[in-house]
Amino acid sequence: MQIQDFFRYTFNGIRAQRLRSFLTTLGIAVGIGAVVLLTSLGEGLHRFVLAEFTQFGTNLIAINPGKVTTHGVSGALLSNVRPLTIEDTAILKQLPQILDVVSVVQGNGAIKAGGRQRRATIYGVDASAARVWKFAVAAGRFLPDDPPRSARSFVVLGSKVRQELFGSNQALGMRIRIGGELFRVIGSMESKGQMLGFDLDDAVYIPAAKAMALFNRESLMEIDLLHTAGSSSSVVAEKVRKALQARHGKEDFTITTQEKMLEILGGVLNTLTIAVGALGGISLLVGGVGILTIMSITVNERTGEIGLLRAMGVEQSQILTLFLGEAVLLAAIGGLAGLGLGVGGSWLFSLAVPALPAHISWTYVASAELLAAFVGLLAGVLPARRAARLHPVEALRAE
Amino acid sequence: MISLQNIERIFQVGDEEVHALRDVSMTATDGDHIAIMGPSGSGKSSLLNILGLLDRPDTGSYELDGVKVSELDEKEQARIRRHKIGFVFQFFHLVPRLTAFDNIALPLMLAGMKQDERQARVTAALAAFGLGNRAQHRPDQLSGGQRQRVAIARATIMQPSVILADEPTGNLDRNSGIEVVEILEELNRQGITLIMVTHDPELGRRAQRQILMVDGRIEREAEG
Ligand SMILES: Nc1ncnc2c1ncn2[C@@H]1O[C@H](COP(=O)(O)OP(=O)(O)OP(=O)(O)O)[C@@H](O)[C@H]1O
Ligand SMILES: [Mg+2]
Repeated sequence: MQIQDFFRYTFNGIRAQRLRSFLTTLGIAVGIGAVVLLTSLGEGLHRFVLAEFTQFGTNLIAINPGKVTTHGVSGALLSNVRPLTIEDTAILKQLPQILDVVSVVQGNGAIKAGGRQRRATIYGVDASAARVWKFAVAAGRFLPDDPPRSARSFVVLGSKVRQELFGSNQALGMRIRIGGELFRVIGSMESKGQMLGFDLDDAVYIPAAKAMALFNRESLMEIDLLHTAGSSSSVVAEKVRKALQARHGKEDFTITTQEKMLEILGGVLNTLTIAVGALGGISLLVGGVGILTIMSITVNERTGEIGLLRAMGVEQSQILTLFLGEAVLLAAIGGLAGLGLGVGGSWLFSLAVPALPAHISWTYVASAELLAAFVGLLAGVLPARRAARLHPVEALRAE
Repeated sequence: MISLQNIERIFQVGDEEVHALRDVSMTATDGDHIAIMGPSGSGKSSLLNILGLLDRPDTGSYELDGVKVSELDEKEQARIRRHKIGFVFQFFHLVPRLTAFDNIALPLMLAGMKQDERQARVTAALAAFGLGNRAQHRPDQLSGGQRQRVAIARATIMQPSVILADEPTGNLDRNSGIEVVEILEELNRQGITLIMVTHDPELGRRAQRQILMVDGRIEREAEG
């Protein structure tokens, strides 16, 4: 049988039952559409989240007090934990391959300027924060490199706070009140946008020691390190661990490298994408059952035709191929329609929610189409085998 | 050349054995015209199915053109059906969604002949069977006689040496029936062996040999 005749004959069978074939195809189309749409959203989310995290750069290491053990008990709960201090920061800065170190204290508070007041996030940091977090100064300058313990009362405003407190007026050089203490504005930052719900623009930046005093804290909440681009995060992290352990006597802190975090995050997001893809796969399974049902009915209805084909000298294997071909063709047509649905759907989604653009992964698309054909093949096997095994005399009698 | 030797065909129905064919032996030389007659249930169709390699005898042997076809496997039997045997059925067995043209072309297409080569042959067949203006009609747009002519055109398009017809006029009115039989007889005159099951004594008498079956046996044979 010529290949074009094979397609013509199988397609003819599908076309002869328009409504039924359309509905069966729709079942597969919805399945494939769901797989493509959901994986596109998953992939889009993946890229979005990774972009959010990497906007601070990828050579970051964060140190937090307390040790998360495998039992999940945080050492920070125990009284004999030595907190992270400004002195720790100074020591870490001495290490090779470390470019910059930032002490971090964070909290909320009221900020008053003139008659206006706003509650915002207050970050206690060092002069190096702008470099480590890749922050750009819009006006004035960032915090000066004062000795940490005796830093002057300067404040740098996030773009939103600046806008809310001063509007179009000059902010530089003004005095504002943060938690009852006076600070002089020496700069304001460019907008950095949100990072996973934290508005970095609705914040002010003051020296770490001042923030500790403000929040009545003895210790830092975090130390961030920026290491050289060429060095491995894990090697640097190991050196940091040794240095801190030597000072603290034991490992009562947790080191998180950006690399490791991205790796874990990437893994989680991949799992998420696969999970939603599998969810779509379930509807594909339902579509497959639809093909199985329709092909069984088709074989029943065309029993006489099968008998005729056998009488005309068609071999059993060719009967099998013909009916398998019909099932696969049904599924493949559905798959193509589903691709249209999925791609169109993610395009619409991107229009509706531009902040979270869906990303069509062609690997997923190709595997979805292959999956559709495979589902058709699988669903077609049973009915096609039944067709091929019919006794020609019995089959001829069916009409 | 067809030769059946001591064919038995037994169907198991529950715990009962139905002897559809009992010790049937017959021969047919090329170009024979044979009518198989007999009461309902006497085994006429069973005999035709075995002759057409659609069914296997339980015992006995079947030789076609010097080949012991009863011993061939399914694939080889299919090849023989394809090239040597044409079937004509009481209920036509046309594919309803295909046109007259495509129904006739079906055996050529399934055998792998290219579309442009099929064209001339099928067009000629349509003309020969008086269906020239019915090529693009589907079976439900044809009369019974026309349908059977399409079926005969299909059965002969591969130029078989034998035509097996099981009550080909059973579903037709008298005139269409005679028309169909005349077509089959014309094919027989051209050299095709024609073996036809019929209930109609008048049609039976037109055959050169009549085989009467009763209860699975060949009761007698008459030359006419
Ligand atoms: N598949 C089968 N299973 C069981 N019994 C069968 C089967 N096929 C045929 N028979 C039996 O074999 C016998 C012969 O049947 P067959 O169809 O050959 O008769 P027939 O002469 O063609 O009858 P009719 O003129 O009614 O077509 C009958 O008794 C029938 O019941
Ligand atoms: Mg019969």
